[in-house]
Amino acid sequence: MAAPMRKDEARVAATEARLAALDLPKGGFTAHARANALARLREMGLPGRRDEYWKFTDPAVLNATEAAKAALFDPKESQLFGGVDCVKLVFVDGVFDAEVSDDPVLAGVEIARLAEAGASDIHWAQELYGALEAKGQSPVVRPFAALNTAAATDGVLIRATAQAAKPVHLVYRHESEASDAILHHCVKIEPGAELTLLETGPAAARFNKVMEVDVAAGGRFHHVRAQGRDHERRAITHIFARVAEEASFKSFTLTVNGQMTRNECVIEIAGDDAIAHVAGAALGDGSYGRFHHDDTIFVTHDAERCESRQVFKKVLKNGAVGVFQGKILVKPGAQKTDGYQISQSLLLDEDSQFLAKPELEIYADDVKCSHGSTTGAIDETALFYLRSRGVGKQDATALLVLSFLADAIAEIEDETLAAEIVERLEAWLQRRKK
Amino acid sequence: MLNIKNLQVKLEEEDKQILKGVDLTVEAGKVHAIMGPNGSGKSTLSYVLSGRDGYEVTGGSATLDGEDLLEMEPEERAAAGLFLAFQYPVEIPGVGNMTFLRTALNSQRKARGEDEVSAAEFLKLVREKAKALKIDADMLKRPVNVGFSGGEKKRNEILQMAVLEPRMCILDETDSGLDVDAMKLVSDGVNALRDEGRAFLVITHYQRLLDHIQPDVVHIMAAGRIVKTGGPELALEVEKNGYADILAELA
Repeated sequence: MAAPMRKDEARVAATEARLAALDLPKGGFTAHARANALARLREMGLPGRRDEYWKFTDPAVLNATEAAKAALFDPKESQLFGGVDCVKLVFVDGVFDAEVSDDPVLAGVEIARLAEAGASDIHWAQELYGALEAKGQSPVVRPFAALNTAAATDGVLIRATAQAAKPVHLVYRHESEASDAILHHCVKIEPGAELTLLETGPAAARFNKVMEVDVAAGGRFHHVRAQGRDHERRAITHIFARVAEEASFKSFTLTVNGQMTRNECVIEIAGDDAIAHVAGAALGDGSYGRFHHDDTIFVTHDAERCESRQVFKKVLKNGAVGVFQGKILVKPGAQKTDGYQISQSLLLDEDSQFLAKPELEIYADDVKCSHGSTTGAIDETALFYLRSRGVGKQDATALLVLSFLADAIAEIEDETLAAEIVERLEAWLQRRKK
Repeated sequence: MLNIKNLQVKLEEEDKQILKGVDLTVEAGKVHAIMGPNGSGKSTLSYVLSGRDGYEVTGGSATLDGEDLLEMEPEERAAAGLFLAFQYPVEIPGVGNMTFLRTALNSQRKARGEDEVSAAEFLKLVREKAKALKIDADMLKRPVNVGFSGGEKKRNEILQMAVLEPRMCILDETDSGLDVDAMKLVSDGVNALRDEGRAFLVITHYQRLLDHIQPDVVHIMAAGRIVKTGGPELALEVEKNGYADILAELA
């Protein structure tokens, strides 16, 4: 029994050291939720490489008490979604900056700042803050999400009561080399309401973000995000979503660069005839030090006639590492479930690596579930076909990379947003032409 | 225009000689047909000329208007005016047919030091060419060859040829998988491109394509060599008696 004791002691010590380095917010309407989250975190402890869901991703940089520096990066390009009419809310190194943000005014949508909501009684947010996160801790623990609920210093509370006329855009700027940001957002889509949420930017040297999204009956939530291009940034993000009957939840993430990114998405489909789609496109070039990208997805079907899709694509080169851990859990009684999961990687050289763990767990007998995972190189026949038409090798490769990513991008419903994402992908590919 | 001398080719991965000394000259304005049984090396010849990986040239030469084809990358051969219509056109999901064609045309023009074609000019050009081949706007918008029938894929190959305007066109078993109507449509497309300054090399198993695209010269290929050359009547002879007679006569 001596060995496990030592391991637990190390875990406890690491967790306490991490907590000691944080200035935990006190009081306000989140006080109770934060105290509970703190207790959850102490119970589970910070993760280690031996934990089932951390075998492929080393949590050391996330566990460290201090965030290592990440060089600031000027992408020398216009703001993504800059041409989209939206309500822009800017966070600089994890702190909301009202000066450079738009007025948080949008018909049918209430927007409040977490850091200022403290004493006020925002009833819906008090019910939601930490609730989906707490529920999402079972059957797989997510310590960084508990840490986030306990320690988040800022974030937005968004409640849509009608169809929003334009998207809300969260812009995350990284302006201080050693910033360590913890943001927690709560989004409530009331019955029949609809909202598009955009997120762009690196946020900080180290970024821990949780977004809890509660989509009520018939509500629609669209989410498109692009994580910043800073090569040295690290990020751990969680989305916890609950989708009620006839509601729809759609999320797409573009990741280009970044030393380490882990995006977890935990979706509970709680009402009949609901839809949940989650997709991601990641492009990684390990020649800037390191590129490690991890998508960890858990979709639970707990209602009838629901549809879920997971579409994840990664393009890797120069020693980049991609990880996909995706699960579909179909609970007893969730009949007529249509669950789909695909994870694919395109390795542009022999140095890169893709690690996938697809899982299906089904307790209903009348369901349709499929999953697949592939790893491959550029298709030589397709490459020759393009070149034989006069397209140079680099351009032909770029076209085939876009072709590979097409299914993931197709998950973005809005054509304007999809076109902007494709433009960024093309730019990334152009920059990497030899 | 196309000059092939004693071309010898083996597969890179196995020590297997496919072409054992091919001699062939195709003049501008002419249509040459190559017929031959399976495994005679017809498709290999088309791939080696267009620059596909996997083949090793062990001897001989191939030039287009005096330029050494074998030294060029596939895209350079295309820019120099060579075009291969594939036996099995490749599906490229997520890349629109128009995007692909425009990228191809402008890449070639750039390589030749010509100005790129604007989006508007290009649209006009493609619509005009597509109409003749009965390719509708929907087909042009769809991803390259994805969900196309066999006939649509071959028509798409001819559309590419019409837009790119190569000088030397190689058609690799373009008739395979075509019904009678599609064959007529594809042949009409090819015939419309026949021109003083352009040459064709039509590879086929069967004489029936040559009813529509009438060749000036017919070659019979067997075991990696051109074994017999003649006029259009040679194709009729193959149709009537098969290859066995011709091969037996040569043996």
